[in-house]
Amino acid sequence: MKCAGIDIGSRTVKLAVFDNGKLILSRKAVTSYNPLETAWELMDGVAFDTITATGYGRHLMKGHLDCPVVSEITAFARGARYFAADCGAILDIGGQDTKAIALDREGTMSKFEMNDKCAAGTGRFLEVMATALGFTLEEFSQAALAASKPVKINSMCTVFAESEVISLTSQGVAREEVAMGIHKAIVSRSVGLLRRVSPEGPVFFAGGVALNACVRKLLEDKTRRTVFVPPDPQIVGAVGAALGA
Amino acid sequence: MADYSKMWTDLGLDLSGHDALLGVLGGAYADIFLSQKNRPEGMKYFDFVMSEVHGLRIQELMDAKAQGRKVIGSYCVFVPEELILAVDGVSVGLCAGAEFNFEGAETVLPRNTCSLIKSAFGFKLGKVCPYLEASDVVVGENTCDGKKKSYEMLAPLVKDLYVMDMPQMKSPSGKALLKEEYNKFAAKLEAVSGKKITAESLKKGIEIVNAKRTAVKRLTELRAADPAPISGLDALLVNQVFFYDDPVRFTDAVNKLCDELVDRVKKGKGVFVAKTPRILVSGCPMAVPNWKLPMLIESSGAVIVGEESCVGERGARWMTEAKADTVDGLLELLTERYFNIDCAIFTPNPSRVDYVKEMAKKLAAAGVIHYSLQFCQPYIMESGPVEKNLEKSGIPTLRLETDYSQEDAGQLKTRIEAFVERLQK
Repeated sequence: MKCAGIDIGSRTVKLAVFDNGKLILSRKAVTSYNPLETAWELMDGVAFDTITATGYGRHLMKGHLDCPVVSEITAFARGARYFAADCGAILDIGGQDTKAIALDREGTMSKFEMNDKCAAGTGRFLEVMATALGFTLEEFSQAALAASKPVKINSMCTVFAESEVISLTSQGVAREEVAMGIHKAIVSRSVGLLRRVSPEGPVFFAGGVALNACVRKLLEDKTRRTVFVPPDPQIVGAVGAALGA
Repeated sequence: MADYSKMWTDLGLDLSGHDALLGVLGGAYADIFLSQKNRPEGMKYFDFVMSEVHGLRIQELMDAKAQGRKVIGSYCVFVPEELILAVDGVSVGLCAGAEFNFEGAETVLPRNTCSLIKSAFGFKLGKVCPYLEASDVVVGENTCDGKKKSYEMLAPLVKDLYVMDMPQMKSPSGKALLKEEYNKFAAKLEAVSGKKITAESLKKGIEIVNAKRTAVKRLTELRAADPAPISGLDALLVNQVFFYDDPVRFTDAVNKLCDELVDRVKKGKGVFVAKTPRILVSGCPMAVPNWKLPMLIESSGAVIVGEESCVGERGARWMTEAKADTVDGLLELLTERYFNIDCAIFTPNPSRVDYVKEMAKKLAAAGVIHYSLQFCQPYIMESGPVEKNLEKSGIPTLRLETDYSQEDAGQLKTRIEAFVERLQK
């Protein structure tokens, strides 16, 4: 039996298909203004018996396919256990949300925290800041890692932080240092969220921001906890949705 | 609905703004309430009250005024309706539950003000709350800092603003202050109405309000059944109408509703199937038409079985013993009753969390959703320790902070659904 999971996020759509407990396919695409169309394109030519939707577009999907839905939080909790069977803490930094999830010994979600409506400290925040500094996302992370010292970024509001960045660069501060400051700020905020649900033990780091080497390193430095990033950190939610069916 | 435009114009309402408000309200009411399945028949009364909330009820207020009775508007459960009834006045809760004319409100208030306060100003400046315009006296109270300071701005906008001081600690001197304030409020009511409060008139007021609270208490207890005989949305609506309706008629309607619910419970009939995850909501008040959170919760596969809130249990819980024969003796007993209210403006406030636990147990709630309005310092401050205490006692808790806007509905829904999934395990 083939079970699929689709995760319609704010920035990317992800699809995972399992055949008798084995992950046989995973795909992703950038979310357009028409997330449903992106989802159809992604599913084109893919065979499955059941599908479960998660992510922001889950109810949109349900309206069209009459499929079951699961929240991203539960999907990430399930998906993380597929990649790391003993995982007890998850940090997921996605396009517009940051979530920290604690699991008990059996893998059941025992507590979670999520940012409020403001997208401060999420993937979108990093994108806006990279653009403000004239970096691609890949360059942005590398530049931050190469900085000799960080500059302190005070604002976590995407709008205010952008003007803070502009004022720093106009004072002649090296953009690498600003880049490092931004990465530090995002990590500091996420660690606060993580500590509220899980004080210790290895951390399973997922979501698009887990692709960022600088955030990964800072997360390890700041928490002094082992940080595990799965081979494709963006697919975890779709995997969890597929496994929930 | 009959044509009330003349009455509204006479009250000084802005008709076009008011029409827009009623249009949105009517649409939201149909979508949120009338679309619910398996509603009790007894809710028809409340549907009618809501359809006439700015019509027939206001007409009644105008008729009462024509007979020389005074309309007293207020924003808080610390304002004793018993005293208002003792001078044959009419007590009404004032509009503060919708995101209306916030840009107008922000011309006098800081942007970082809670939605409830902003809403009260939005209604006043937009001239769309007939209750406020019909009020002979508007009563303010020094509960939180936001309200306290905002009354300074409200004073010049209304005919007669009367501000009551409030204690902040449950000490003997705090209680003495509350009694003194009730004394002063009684004198104010006597002066405005030209009627003297007697032991007899106060006893009658206490009796009417006790009966109203007893009926609501009955409703609360019936919600302990599984399946829940009434939705959280409908029960919240009853608690909201509590503040607007004629108290005797309201009591009668609630009792009739309860009779029907008794029968439902006997037959095992409910609004949702048995074993639907049960949630207790605790925190800030939800004034009409603030139905945002309950709607999100009950459309996420859960049922709300109680509200630990001013619009709910905290407002209706205690009765006043009328065992005294003098006005002063009765005022003492009235103070006794109101001093129990465990509002987060008090410090410390340990009885509140204890009662949340008690409610969760009595109503067989599987979890608690703690609701704070953004910028509501007292409840936000308390939410952390409350959450810790509840989780430690084995009660799963989700802490939410939001306002009257719809922009965070997606994030809230994700969190509520995940919380319900957590409860189902």
